[in-house]
Amino acid sequence: MDSKLMHVDTSTPLSLQPRGVKRFFRLLWKQRALVLMSVPFVIWLFVFRYVPIWGWVIAFQNFKPGKPFTEQQWAGLKHFAYMFNDERFWLTLRNTFVMSGINLVLGFLTAITLALMLNEVRHIVFKRVVQTVSYLPHFLSWVVAAGIVRAILDPDGIINEILLRLGLIDEKLLFLGVGEWFWPIYGAVIVWKEVGWNTIIYLAAMTMIDPSLYEAAEMDGAGRFRKMWHITLPGIRPVITVLLIMNIGYLLESGFEPQYLLGNGLNMRYSENLDIYVLRYGIEQFNYPLSVAASVFKTVVSFVLLFTANNIAKRLGETRLY
Amino acid sequence: MAEMTIKETNHRRTGYRQSLGDRIFDVVNYTLLVLLMIVTLYPYLNTLAVSFNDAKDSIRGGIYLWPRIWTLENYKFVFENASIVQATWISVLRTVIGTVLTVFCSAMVAYTISRPEYVLRKFVTIAFILTMYINGGLIPNYLLIRELGLIGSFWVYIWPGLIGVFNLIVIRSFIENLPDNILESAKIDGAGDFRTFFSICLPLSTPVLATVALFTGVWQWNSWFDVFLYNSSYEHLSTLQYELQKTLQFSNATTKAVDFSAMQARSSSQVTPVAIRATMTIVASVPIIMVYPFLQKYFVKGMMVGGVKE
Repeated sequence: MDSKLMHVDTSTPLSLQPRGVKRFFRLLWKQRALVLMSVPFVIWLFVFRYVPIWGWVIAFQNFKPGKPFTEQQWAGLKHFAYMFNDERFWLTLRNTFVMSGINLVLGFLTAITLALMLNEVRHIVFKRVVQTVSYLPHFLSWVVAAGIVRAILDPDGIINEILLRLGLIDEKLLFLGVGEWFWPIYGAVIVWKEVGWNTIIYLAAMTMIDPSLYEAAEMDGAGRFRKMWHITLPGIRPVITVLLIMNIGYLLESGFEPQYLLGNGLNMRYSENLDIYVLRYGIEQFNYPLSVAASVFKTVVSFVLLFTANNIAKRLGETRLY
Repeated sequence: MAEMTIKETNHRRTGYRQSLGDRIFDVVNYTLLVLLMIVTLYPYLNTLAVSFNDAKDSIRGGIYLWPRIWTLENYKFVFENASIVQATWISVLRTVIGTVLTVFCSAMVAYTISRPEYVLRKFVTIAFILTMYINGGLIPNYLLIRELGLIGSFWVYIWPGLIGVFNLIVIRSFIENLPDNILESAKIDGAGDFRTFFSICLPLSTPVLATVALFTGVWQWNSWFDVFLYNSSYEHLSTLQYELQKTLQFSNATTKAVDFSAMQARSSSQVTPVAIRATMTIVASVPIIMVYPFLQKYFVKGMMVGGVKE
C-alpha cells in the first residue's frame, strides 16, 4: 500500500503534486499507523483533561446539580466576590504560600547539603546504602507516612519521651494540637520524606563535573571545603537555577495530602491550604460554585506563575520546562 | 554511569594521602550520614516492631526497635478480616492493571511523538503539554466522572490517570536518544510503525519503561484519594491505603480516646487499635519497599532525563 502511494508521488510531475489540505490528508493516510497509535489517546486526553475545564462555568452560576445547563441561573462574579471577602480564603492562601515556601527553601538547602555530603563519601558501598535508605520515605504513601508521623508525635511517642528524658519539657506535649507548630512539623516531615529523593538530580549533576578540576585544585592545596565551594557548587549551579525557577511556577502547589492527613481542628488555621479549601466547600458543604471559583483562581495564578518562570528560564538561557 | 565510575576512582586515588583535616571531615561526615539513616529508618522500624509485639503489651510503651513479646496475632487478625483482604486484592488489581496499561499506552504515544515525520507530532505534543498548565479542578472532574458513570466502578482507578505528561516526556526523550539508525533501518527493511514499535522500540526502551512502571505502580498502590472521592460508599472497591486512612482518621491528636469503630468491637481482646494500625501500615508499605531497591539503577536515570531536559 505504502509503496504504491510513493510510486504515484514520484511519477507525478511536481506541478501536479497535491498541496495544502489534500497533501495533509494524503500524508495522514500514509501515516495511519501513527495516527491509530496516538489519536485515541488524544480523544482520551480531550475527555479527561479538557472537558472538565468547561466546568469552570459553574463558578459563574448559582449551580444546582441535576438541572440542565440552560436552566442554570447565572450569578456573574458573585461567588468570586464572596471568596475574596472570605477571611478563611485569605488564611488558606497564606498557608499555601508559607508552606510551599518552606517546601522550596528547606527542600533545596537540605537536598544540596546532603548531595554535597554524599559526594564526599569514598566508600561506594556505604554511599549506596545511605542513598537507598534515604529514598525509602519517598516511596511510602502519605497515608502511611502520616500514620508514622502521628505515632512518633503522639503524647506517648518517641519525641515526647526523648524531650522528657533530656529534661527539656516537664509534661507531654500534643504536637499536632498546637496551630503554630504545624509549619515546623510540616517542614520536618517534608524533609524526612523527600530529601533523599531530591538529591538524585544534584548527584547526577555532580558526576558531570570534570575530575581534572579537582586535581588542579588539589595541586594548589585546596581542602575539601574549598573544593566544594569553588568547584562542586559552581558545577551544579545551572541545575540549581533551573529547578529554582521551575519551582516558582509551583508556588500554589503546596501539596494536599500532608496537610489533609496531619491536619485537625486544632491546627486548622495553619494547616488548611487552598486544595483543602476547595475540598471542604466542594465535597463537604456542596457549595460547588465557591469551590470551583477557588479552583479557577488557583489554576489562573499558577498558569501566570509557570509562564513567568518559564520565560525567566528562557531569558537566562537555561533549559526550559518543555 | 561511566563518568561516575571514572570520577569515583579518581577521587579514591587522590585521596590516598589524607591530611588530619581530611580525616576529621570524613569522621564527621560519616557520623552525620549514619545519624541521618537512623532518623530516616527509626519511625518505620518502630512501627515494624510494634506490629510484631503483643498488642496488650504495647500499651505499656517502651517498644523501640525490637518486639518485647513476639506475636503474629496482629497479622493474623488483619489477614482474617474480610474487608482488609478484599481491599488488598483491589489494591493489587489496580496496581497491576493500571501499571501495564499506563506503560503500554504511554510508550505508544511517546513513540509517535518521537517520529520526526509524523504530521500530527506537534499537535499531539502540545495537546498533552498544555494539560500541565491547566486543570479543571476537583468539582468539574468529579462531575465528569459521574457523567461518565464511573462512580462505583473499578475503572475509575484506571482511566482518569492513564497517561501522565511527565512519563510521556521521559519516554520520548529516551526514544529520541536511541541511536538514530536503529529505528530508521527497521523502516528501510519494510517494517511498518506497528512492527517497529513492538519489536524494536519497546524492547530497547526497557530501562525507561521500568522507571515509568515503578512510578506508576507506586502511585497506584499508594492512591487513596480517588477511592475516598468516588468509591467511598462502595466497600467492595475500597483499597488498602483507604482502609488504613479510615483507621487513622480516628486517631487525631485531639481525640486519643475515641472508640475505634467497629473494628475493635468485632475483635477478640487480643488486638488494639495501635497494633492494628501498625500492622496495616507495614502491610500497606512492604510491597514497595521490597521492590524499589532493585530498580534504583533505572529510576535514578529516569529522574535525570525527566528532571532536566536539554
